[in-house]
Amino acid sequence: MNHSEAAEKFTKDVDRTTWHDKTLWFVREKRDKAVFQIPEWEALREAGSRIKHNALSNLDEYLLEFEQNALKNGVKVHWAADGHEHNEIVLQILKETGATQMVKSKSMLTEECHLNEFLIEKGVDVVDTDLGERVVQLANEPPSHIVMPCIHWKKEEIGELFHEHLGTEKGASDPKYLAEAARQHLREKFMTRRAALTGVNFAVAETGGFVVCTNEGNADMGAHLADVHIASMGIEKIIPKARHLGVFLRLLARSATGQPITTYSSHFHRPRQGQTMHIIIVDNGRTTQLGRPDFRNSLKCIRCGACMNTCPVYRRSGGHSYHNAVAGPIGSILAPNLDMRKNADLPFASTLCGSCSNVCPVKIDIHDQLYKWRQVLAAEGYVDSTKKQGMKLMASVLSNPKLFRFSGKAGRTLMRLAPFSVSNPLNPWYKQREMPEPPKESFREWYVNREKK
Amino acid sequence: MKVALFLPCYVDQFYPKVGIATLQLLEKLGCTVTYPLNQTCCGQPMANSGFENLAQDCNELFVENFGGSFDAIICPSGSCALHVKHHLHSEKRENDATHIRNHIYELTEFLTDVLKVEQLPARFPYKVGLHQSCHGQRGLHLSQMSELVAAPYSKPEKLLNMVDELELINLERKDECCGFGGTFCVFEEAVSARMGVDRVEDHVRNGAEVLTGGDMSCLMHLEGIVRRNKYPVKVMHIAEILNQA
Repeated sequence: MNHSEAAEKFTKDVDRTTWHDKTLWFVREKRDKAVFQIPEWEALREAGSRIKHNALSNLDEYLLEFEQNALKNGVKVHWAADGHEHNEIVLQILKETGATQMVKSKSMLTEECHLNEFLIEKGVDVVDTDLGERVVQLANEPPSHIVMPCIHWKKEEIGELFHEHLGTEKGASDPKYLAEAARQHLREKFMTRRAALTGVNFAVAETGGFVVCTNEGNADMGAHLADVHIASMGIEKIIPKARHLGVFLRLLARSATGQPITTYSSHFHRPRQGQTMHIIIVDNGRTTQLGRPDFRNSLKCIRCGACMNTCPVYRRSGGHSYHNAVAGPIGSILAPNLDMRKNADLPFASTLCGSCSNVCPVKIDIHDQLYKWRQVLAAEGYVDSTKKQGMKLMASVLSNPKLFRFSGKAGRTLMRLAPFSVSNPLNPWYKQREMPEPPKESFREWYVNREKK
Repeated sequence: MKVALFLPCYVDQFYPKVGIATLQLLEKLGCTVTYPLNQTCCGQPMANSGFENLAQDCNELFVENFGGSFDAIICPSGSCALHVKHHLHSEKRENDATHIRNHIYELTEFLTDVLKVEQLPARFPYKVGLHQSCHGQRGLHLSQMSELVAAPYSKPEKLLNMVDELELINLERKDECCGFGGTFCVFEEAVSARMGVDRVEDHVRNGAEVLTGGDMSCLMHLEGIVRRNKYPVKVMHIAEILNQA
């Protein structure tokens, strides 16, 4: 199902669409309140953008600096060219540890690499410990949002799901009660798992350390209780200096949820006594994107999700309609890099309104990149041929003034004499909208008459 | 001031009254207005669909029509004006194309920034909701954007406030997209229509008798929704209001 079809299905449930839109708009408003308390907000965004610019331009050096420092700290560093290599490395570490079970905190990278499916197939029991991620995992679904994975679920539905899987009382939907049940359920997993995987929000080249941001402390509980801590990061997570965290930690949570800072910003540098710590540095198409001048700065993304919350299309079509680990506007400029054919619809799932670029804390020109991806996808032949033919026809009419005037007049006459010729169910415009009322005279005709007088 | 009027193709064909209001308003304010007779379209429908390359003949035609000695080219649409400003190039007459890119104005920015209009001889005794079209707002910066931490301003509001007895209403979402989006409105019909309904309802809920804006394309989409669902609100282009006697 392409985005447009999935979105049509989503919007069929009018009340649910209203609820989904309002829920995410509420988060956008929280973000607005938080950022308007920072008079220097726009300067902070500019700083974040420039630091990332520097990081991307010197990625090769920063990655090696990071690796050297991490090795000095006693961390094992692995390099993965793609998702498959990443997954194999995780499996190998688990085998060496003798672990068949693992807890995992939120990592969009592992979603991108389809790690869970891979490990489950190999007989490893993986438990997502972020509450929202656990919900979608129990429901056997991918997350629909990078920060709020189960934002498309209502509390009553989570009550049903927990009743089925965690044995909560039937019909219970009190968020506190359900959260408590999830805590007890996850507590047991934290206590018994010997391996924990976390994502990485920021990897600091200067120190070889990395920072993981969560609101639930689940990354810490996993990592602190396990014998093995695996941290998976995309190559673009690098920042040069520890002091740059002062910019990014301020930007991240305000943009994401309107909090001044995430509840937990955990700094990991070295394994504690008796623990082993691994960092897997993953490319998976990122260097290809880095090599595309028009799209390279999409790699500045710090995964705050603000562009999703503000996107009027995302709010009314849901995260799953983007059929990609990262949904919304940012997903739509990242996904074609991974697979143009499969994701050719995504850059068109936007009105190019530009709100995404304005909320982006690192000033990615998201809507301009959507426009540019459209040009690339059309040039590479990934746009439907009927659409292409239609565009060719339109271009030939619009570049020929006489033909334009003739077609315009003929069209208007037809609409007046036989409204059904356009006002019919085959015309997508007419499904939920009236056609404009065709006037007898075009402006030009009026103007020419006026000039004669 | 010698200016050229550029009307979007669909305005010429479906909304001549918007062209007439724009022309009369500019003349009222002392401009000498020419409407080049062989104009068609800015080429945006093709470009936004990914076929920028198919728009080249349109671009050349645009330069033939508007190249020359106009002090300004005025368009009652932020979206088309923005497209020309960002994308117009000519293989034959790039100097003229550059002149056009630097001298094309959306109507309200021309009135506030170039003519520096401070008063208008207009009266319009209605409650009016202003729809901020995205390309005019976020592209041409006709008004401050709600996402940015920056001082508010609005060129279209400034003009509407000069109109006697006109009352501007407040919206819950003052600059959310209406969902038109060019070919988006047919290729993503479901979301487009839903966005349009939400926009119209914001205006109706907050007491607008007239819904106005600077882009007839957004208004054509919203008007289609208003008429289908019989919402009690009238849709008018801002030029029609500013041109009221």
